[in-house]
Amino acid sequence: MTATQAPGTGIRRPARALYAGNARAVVARGLLATRSSNLLVVVSGFFEPVFYLLSLGIGFGALVGTVATSTGQEVPYAAYIAPALLAVSAMNGAIYDSTWNAFFKLNYSKLYQGMLTTSLGPLDVALGEILLALLRGAMYAVGFMVVMQVLGLNLSWTALLALPAVLLIAFGFASLGLGITSFMKTFQQMDWISFVMLPMFLFSATFYPITVYPEPIQWLIQALPLWHGVELIRAMTTGAISGMVLVHIGYYLVMIVVGVVLTTRRLRALFLA
Amino acid sequence: MPEPVITARQLSKQYGDFTAVDGIDFDVAPGESFGLLGPNGAGKSTTMRMVGAVSTRTGGELRILGLDPDKHGPDIRSQLGVVPQQDNLDQELRVRDNLLVYGRYFGLPRGVIAERADALLEFAQLADRAKAKVDDLSGGMKRRLTIARALINEPRILLLDEPTTGLDPQARHILWDRLFRLKEQGTTLVLTTHYMDEAEQLCDRLVVVDKGRIMAEGSPAALIREYSSREVLEVRFGSDKNAEAAERLQGIGDRLEVLPDRILVYSENGEAELERITQLGLEPITSLVRRSSLEDVFLRLTGRSLIE
Repeated sequence: MTATQAPGTGIRRPARALYAGNARAVVARGLLATRSSNLLVVVSGFFEPVFYLLSLGIGFGALVGTVATSTGQEVPYAAYIAPALLAVSAMNGAIYDSTWNAFFKLNYSKLYQGMLTTSLGPLDVALGEILLALLRGAMYAVGFMVVMQVLGLNLSWTALLALPAVLLIAFGFASLGLGITSFMKTFQQMDWISFVMLPMFLFSATFYPITVYPEPIQWLIQALPLWHGVELIRAMTTGAISGMVLVHIGYYLVMIVVGVVLTTRRLRALFLA
Repeated sequence: MPEPVITARQLSKQYGDFTAVDGIDFDVAPGESFGLLGPNGAGKSTTMRMVGAVSTRTGGELRILGLDPDKHGPDIRSQLGVVPQQDNLDQELRVRDNLLVYGRYFGLPRGVIAERADALLEFAQLADRAKAKVDDLSGGMKRRLTIARALINEPRILLLDEPTTGLDPQARHILWDRLFRLKEQGTTLVLTTHYMDEAEQLCDRLVVVDKGRIMAEGSPAALIREYSSREVLEVRFGSDKNAEAAERLQGIGDRLEVLPDRILVYSENGEAELERITQLGLEPITSLVRRSSLEDVFLRLTGRSLIE
C-alpha cells in the first residue's frame, strides 16, 4: 500500500493536530475584517476610561486631595486612579473582541467552523483570535498612556514598564475571555459576563484602596484578575515597585495559559469531534 | 484499479443512543464523481463530516488519501475542498478577500493565492463582483463563491454537501455546469443530495443511503435497471378512489406502487399499460408516462419517497 505522503512539517505529530503554526493567517483575517467594520465602534471603547479619568480624577480628585497607595506612598487622586483605568482600558479592549465578537463568530457566522475545515488547527484559531483581542487592548492602553502623560499622571520613569505590563493584562483577559465565551450558548449567558465585569471594575482598588473593606472581601477582590492588573500598573506609574509585582505577573501568566488551553480544547470539542 | 482516495469499512458514528451512520462500506476512486443519495436525516452529512476529517468516527475504518483522519486531520484537510450545506462565507470580508484569506488558512504564499483567486473568480463567473460584499450576492452566487473558495488549495477531493439545496432552477443549472467542468478536469467529487436529478447528472456512481445504512450501490443507470423498470405510468383517480382503483389494477405492469395521491405502474411499456387500464373500464383523471428515475429506485428500496 502506497500511503499518500503528508506535506512535510517539523512539528511533532500529536501537536500537529492542534497547531499548524499559522496563527498569523487568523490575525491577518481579523485585521482585514476590522478595516471594513465601523471605525467608530472600534474606537468608542477607548473613551470610557478616559471619561472616568476626566470626571473622577480631575473633578472628584479636587475634593479628595491625595491617597496612599498600597506601598504607603501619598499620590494625587488623579495619579492614583489613572493607572487603574489604564489596566481597565487594556481589559476592555481585550474583552470586547474575545467575548461578544467571539460569541457571534462561534454561534452565528460559523467563522471558526469554516477555519477548522482548512489545515488550521484549534490552537491556531485560539492564538490568532487572542492576539487580535490583545492588540485592541494594547491600542486602547497606549492611547490612554498618552493621555496620562499629557496630564502629568506618570510619576516615575518606570511608567515605561507599564507598556509591557499592559500587554500582559490584555493577553490574560483576551485568552480567559475567549475560553469562557466558548461555553456560552445564549445572549442571557453572555450577560453574566457583564454581571461580573462591572463590580470587578468598581471594586478592584480602582478608585480607592481596598483596605476600606473587611478582610474576607479583600481576599475575594485579590483573587480576581483586575486587582492584580491595577496594582501592577500602579507600581509602574508611581515608581513604587515591590516584590508583589512578581505575584501579579505570575497571576497573569497562569491566566494566559489557562485561557489558551481552555479555548483550544473547546474549539476542538465543538468543531472537530 | 488505481488506489482509492477514500476507503470506508463498517464506518459508524454514534451520538449517545442515536446511530447516525450504521456501518457503511464504500470506496471512491481518483477522478470519480461519487454520490450519497438519501432523504434528510439519512446520515449523509455526518458521513461527509467524517470524510472531511472534522468529525471523529465511533466505529469502523476510514482512510482518506491513505491517511487515518484520527491521526492526520490537518494533513487530510489541507488536501480537501469543502462546500458545506450552509454557506459559511466570511460576511465581514469582500468577495475576493474571502478567497485570499481562505488561501492563507492553508499557509499558501500570497502570490500563488492571488493568481488562483483571479482564475477562480472567472471560473465561478464572479469576476465582476470581486469587490462586492458577500451579503449582496444572490444565493446562487454565494454557492459558487463557496465552491471557488473550496478550490483555492487545489484539493485532491472536493466534498459537496447538498450543493444546490435552496437554489432556484436556473441557479442550479449554472452550478451543475460548473461542477460538470470540474469533473471533466478530473477533480474527484463526493457529493450528497436528496435530488435524484442532481445525482443522475453529476454522479458516476452512487450509494443510496437510508437510516445510516447503504441500501444499494451502482451507477444511476445500473441502479434504475436493477431496481426499477424502464418506464413508469403514473395514474391518478382522485384521493378517495385511489385504493379502490389499485385493487382492480392488480396484475397490470411488473409492479404497482400505491401512493396517497397516485398509483405508479412499473413496466417496460407505459403506453401499453395505460391501454389495458382503459380496457378495464377505469378512467384515470390524469395519466403520465415517464422514464424510471432514482426516485423510483429509492421508493422500491425503502418504501418511502426521497422528499417528504
